[in-house]
Amino acid sequence: MPHFADILQYLIGGITSGSIYAIVAIGFAIIYNATEIINFAQGEFVMLGALIYISFSRFFGFPLVVSFAFSVVSVTIIGFIMDLLVIRPVKKPNPISLIIITIGASIFIQGIAMRLWGKDPYPSADPFSSETPINFFGASIMPQTLWIIGITLIILVILHFFFEYTIIGKAVKACAINRRAASLLGIKAKKMVLISFGLSGALGAISGIIIAPITFASYKMGTMLGLKGFCGAVIGGLGSIPGAIIGGFSLGIFESLGAGLISSDFKDAIAFVILLAVLFIRPSGIVNKGEIKRV
Amino acid sequence: MLKKKLLISILLIFTIVACVIFVACGEGKPPEGTSEPYIIGGVFSITGNNSFLGEPERNSMNMFKDTINEAGGIDGHPIEVIIYDDEGDSTRTVNIVKKLIEKDNVIAIVGPSLSGNTLGIIPIVEEKEIPLVSCAASIKITTPVSKWVFKTPQSDNHAAERIYEYLKNRGISKVAIITVSNGYGDSGKEQLKLLAPIFGIEIINEESYGESDTDMTAQLTKIKSSGAEAIVCWGTNPGPAIIAKNMVQLGITLPLVQSHGVASPKYIEYAGEAANGNVLPAGKILIADMLSENDPQREALLNYRDLYEKTYNVPVSGFGGYAWDAMGIISEALKVSGSDKYLLRDAIEKTEDYIGVSGVFNMSAENHNGLTKDAFVMVIIENGTWKIIE
Repeated sequence: MPHFADILQYLIGGITSGSIYAIVAIGFAIIYNATEIINFAQGEFVMLGALIYISFSRFFGFPLVVSFAFSVVSVTIIGFIMDLLVIRPVKKPNPISLIIITIGASIFIQGIAMRLWGKDPYPSADPFSSETPINFFGASIMPQTLWIIGITLIILVILHFFFEYTIIGKAVKACAINRRAASLLGIKAKKMVLISFGLSGALGAISGIIIAPITFASYKMGTMLGLKGFCGAVIGGLGSIPGAIIGGFSLGIFESLGAGLISSDFKDAIAFVILLAVLFIRPSGIVNKGEIKRV
Repeated sequence: MLKKKLLISILLIFTIVACVIFVACGEGKPPEGTSEPYIIGGVFSITGNNSFLGEPERNSMNMFKDTINEAGGIDGHPIEVIIYDDEGDSTRTVNIVKKLIEKDNVIAIVGPSLSGNTLGIIPIVEEKEIPLVSCAASIKITTPVSKWVFKTPQSDNHAAERIYEYLKNRGISKVAIITVSNGYGDSGKEQLKLLAPIFGIEIINEESYGESDTDMTAQLTKIKSSGAEAIVCWGTNPGPAIIAKNMVQLGITLPLVQSHGVASPKYIEYAGEAANGNVLPAGKILIADMLSENDPQREALLNYRDLYEKTYNVPVSGFGGYAWDAMGIISEALKVSGSDKYLLRDAIEKTEDYIGVSGVFNMSAENHNGLTKDAFVMVIIENGTWKIIE
């Protein structure tokens, strides 16, 4: 029988990776809502966020906050550019061709990143605060873990505020509910798509930055994170932001518990088994009821 | 209108024909030197996840060719190399090897970088009867012996033997192993499990992790409460560095033994402080300076290292040595055999006391690798640098 401290340690590990999956999943959800496409370049946003942050902080020596801001702004702009150059010019947009285009964009971005940053992973960025682990009922927590969880929670609050209480946020949401009706009311759907891409870029960048100190950033780090985030989004119900959050966190926690209590050989398999189970039993996700309703 | 179309078509055809002629001329350019060149094919994972292997291998192969050609070639025959990138993909590797044999008419092949890809092409080189000197480590490549297949890297079992010897000398008998879930890790796991009883070591916990995982605390937590006296980790950079860091985080003070897969300065860069105290079997290139004067490989190692660092301006790694040794062994054999591939194969098999980067090679009909566990030395990382353990 595993000790309480061990289980706590698994949970902490799970919540840490779960936070990242959740943010990536939200990125999927936002773009899905706006365009009905799954943006497979979402993982690349994470990778770019991490690498740009490392470049600014390590090679140009900017302070942490400035590098953080630079990285988020750059990837937001890359999000905008992706919409303007890759998504918008498509003549007969239908979800399938657009999704394939995002896969192309993802490969393209990876290639550029490989040229710019080279093939070797970078040593981790400096942590946001000290590196001394904190003892928590026998389990140890790295201060960076607290930063990751804290920043994720702040993002969730800000996003909630954005979608519920700001005009732009409400407009994006309106477009997601019914694009046609929204445009009849004078909401520019194209602009909302642009905003969605920017927002996803920003979210991706933030998740990349906060994990930069605990991982080794490289041009190919986005693929797996993107896939796991996508799993999280589907588990929660594609297009639902609360669903993405629940999906992301539960995926991380199940993975970690599974690796600890069952076998680490099945760690990745667990993610995909959960995904399949959800798709079989509740194809619309844990959160959505019955027919898919996008909010 | 029709005329215009016709004109365009004719122009197009002309262009294509011109291109073909141009390319053909380029290929048909007579090589320098008096005799026919020996064409050796190379297939490495130059891009992709395993570029850390393929890139230095390609560089070393080119460097060997230049060195030999500057010295007048092999008995007057210059060497020509044709190198392709398999991107780590096994299907690509198969196609490339077929192309090398059928279209490029190579006399021998160096590579591939990966064990899985090498195993996949063994049937092809056996059928086409072309000597293959692989740069991949798995022991399965040369056990059982395939007539046309050789390899230069040290085998995983040599590393596992070294690790167990070290642990046994320290009085450690219970270990936990954590291996990466890919061909390299699986082969390591197999050898570790196979050799454990011989050294009286008990594996009480087996864990694995994914190549691109970022957090291994779950596995380590399990190991922590398993009662293991040491942890043996089998993976390539940067995963094992995360394990070293996670161990510090979790306050695990058990000795950590890494495999030769992390034996490069990059590991210390990735793991930072957490690397201190780690022990691993390493090829001698890493510590060439520290070798005693009478080590047979010392001179070969220093020559290779200095030449590599001068040519490419990057620090040398042990991986390029695999291709360097392969080229060395092939060209020694070519001196005996000439351009007859059957004689060439026989000559490679008779390689004796060839002093290479990875070790001293003594091949035979039963042993197509030719190295022993002496090719590895156990090193410990202290204050961010390597030290030989006596």
